Amino acid sequence: MDFREIANVEYLNQGDFACPGCAAGLSMRHALKVLGDETVIVMPASCWSIIAGGLPTTALQVPLMHVPFATAAAVASGVKNAFREKGEPKKNVVCWAGDGGTFDIGLQAISGAAERREDIIYVCYDNEAYMNTGIQRSSATPPGAWTTTTPTGNPLIFEKKDMFNIIASHNPAYVATTTIAFPDDFYAKFEKAKNAKGFRFIHLLSSCPPGWRIDSKDSVSAMRLAVETGIFVMMEKEGEQEIKVTYKPEKFKPVREYFKLQGRYKHLDEETINVIQERINKRLKKLNLL
Amino acid sequence: MQKDMLLGSEAIAEGVKLARPKIIPAYPITPQTHIIEVLSEMTANGELDATFIRVESELSAAAAAMGASQAGVRTFTATSSHGLALMHEVLHWIVGARLPVVLVNANRAIGSPWNIWTDQTDSMTQRDLGWLQVYCETAQEALDTILQAFYIAEKIQLPFMVMIDGFILSHTLEEVLIPSQDEADEFLPPYKPEYFLDTNNPMSFGAAAKGDIFYLLRKSIEETMEGSFDYIDEAHKRFEKIFKRRYGLIDTYLLDDAEIVFVVAGALVGTTKVAIDTLRKNNVKAGLLKIRYFRPFPKKEIVEALKGDKKVVVFNKAVSFGSSGQITQEIKEAFYYEDKKPVLYDYVLSLGGKEVFVENIVDLANNLDNLDKFKILWRE
Repeated sequence: MDFREIANVEYLNQGDFACPGCAAGLSMRHALKVLGDETVIVMPASCWSIIAGGLPTTALQVPLMHVPFATAAAVASGVKNAFREKGEPKKNVVCWAGDGGTFDIGLQAISGAAERREDIIYVCYDNEAYMNTGIQRSSATPPGAWTTTTPTGNPLIFEKKDMFNIIASHNPAYVATTTIAFPDDFYAKFEKAKNAKGFRFIHLLSSCPPGWRIDSKDSVSAMRLAVETGIFVMMEKEGEQEIKVTYKPEKFKPVREYFKLQGRYKHLDEETINVIQERINKRLKKLNLL
Repeated sequence: MQKDMLLGSEAIAEGVKLARPKIIPAYPITPQTHIIEVLSEMTANGELDATFIRVESELSAAAAAMGASQAGVRTFTATSSHGLALMHEVLHWIVGARLPVVLVNANRAIGSPWNIWTDQTDSMTQRDLGWLQVYCETAQEALDTILQAFYIAEKIQLPFMVMIDGFILSHTLEEVLIPSQDEADEFLPPYKPEYFLDTNNPMSFGAAAKGDIFYLLRKSIEETMEGSFDYIDEAHKRFEKIFKRRYGLIDTYLLDDAEIVFVVAGALVGTTKVAIDTLRKNNVKAGLLKIRYFRPFPKKEIVEALKGDKKVVVFNKAVSFGSSGQITQEIKEAFYYEDKKPVLYDYVLSLGGKEVFVENIVDLANNLDNLDKFKILWRE
């Protein structure tokens, strides 16, 4: 993409509370450049509850409503329908939630909103654990990863919950996975989500330097490697269309390279890494990528 | 104004329709179900110009109500029992966000074991939230209270919970006067909030607050509660002027010369009045104090009504285990600094819908001197 086309406007104020290298902050900044000022954010408990700043300040140039952990999709349903009743049906009502608020505690409300065809955009920035409370495992935590509640690594019997297909099975207007490490993919998907009508869902992989045990400077590289090793696949499904993979590297790198960069995987032995590599290969084959 | 025979639930739906809410998120639970069925029908046939959101749980019903109200429109929901308990977290948030949501709770017991019949455990255990609470005696009162609830809630920016006893009011036919839409509109002006989610004036709502600010916000809620009596009074006067029906914080029946007073909240008031008539025929000077407002708790009016040489039996359809009935606690607290206190009996009855008959109340009055005023009293 031509980066000169990126809107020369900032909806994220300077001086937010994101950690250095936090992809959740970066993702919000660019998402809002696409979504624009006719946007309302509904935000459950997450790192972003802190990043957004304490009362009476705000990090955003759009209206922002903080809400209880399990309720984002339901609150957004109320907000959106209220705007429609007020004769303002075009407002973008956007949930901005972490993986805990999406994969775990908020899932029921999301399923309800998706099934009711609520006209909202749900964005999950997935940093693969409860990072705001200090790195506890969620159902988005990958097998093998260290967290404070999986001190010997997330057991291999668990697999990261397949949120893309859970949402896809609700027949939403749009569902996609992406990461800000691939800005052209990221921008294209937010554009599609913005222009579709109905329930839209974007799953963002979002690196977390303290939680992933990486250097701040490696934040974007880590997300790139996730895609290049195939542990995270960028895809989308538009309405009735088939699932489309939107980026395929010429050759997938071994997942070992992705793990090497991150302290949360440093305890993994060769055998475990091979098991995980096998699982990735199996999934890539299923998607016709191998 | 038009007269009709309606179920309590239908009367409530009529009241809601007259209030012209824009958003009604709801989830079914016995015995609230009829209320939302009728509202759903009214929105489907265009009688009521509102969106009915069929959410997947009560937690989401409260959450969607919070979102809609924060977006600046009049919002109603209804629930009962387990549903109200599931809403609990969001009920707190609605108070903190100062949103004037109106909720009808059809009082019902909470498990375990399962029980669908009426008691007031569900709403009594939500008394510390910062929602206003009114307990209704009749379907007419429920209908009227809904209009008053929106009026008061929107003036003071606090949410309002209207209680009806499940089945006893919700599922019983009663003659009800239904106001005309013009009368209702005269009483209740359109909702125009000062602050709401507005893309032309972006603000953040509910952002993390440090102790200093948080403390001030909580203090302001209490100050609003204390100041709400003036608005309630104004609403009652305004209501009486338009609809010719008078309401107060409390109500009384044959109280002035009464030596025995029953304190009652909810539909049990009716049964108690019949018992009082029977007692009076036998020259027992019995009377009644009806608690209409439980939050804010009208201490002044209650002390005034119960002062003198009276024996007071407080009927609680809920209990705070390890302490006493909640209404008893509140009345005791109201009398703490009074020199002359009535003799109080803390009576817990009708949990899980256990029937209370007129003769039970008559027997109770006749045996009062044998009862222990230091313990919770339970029906045999």
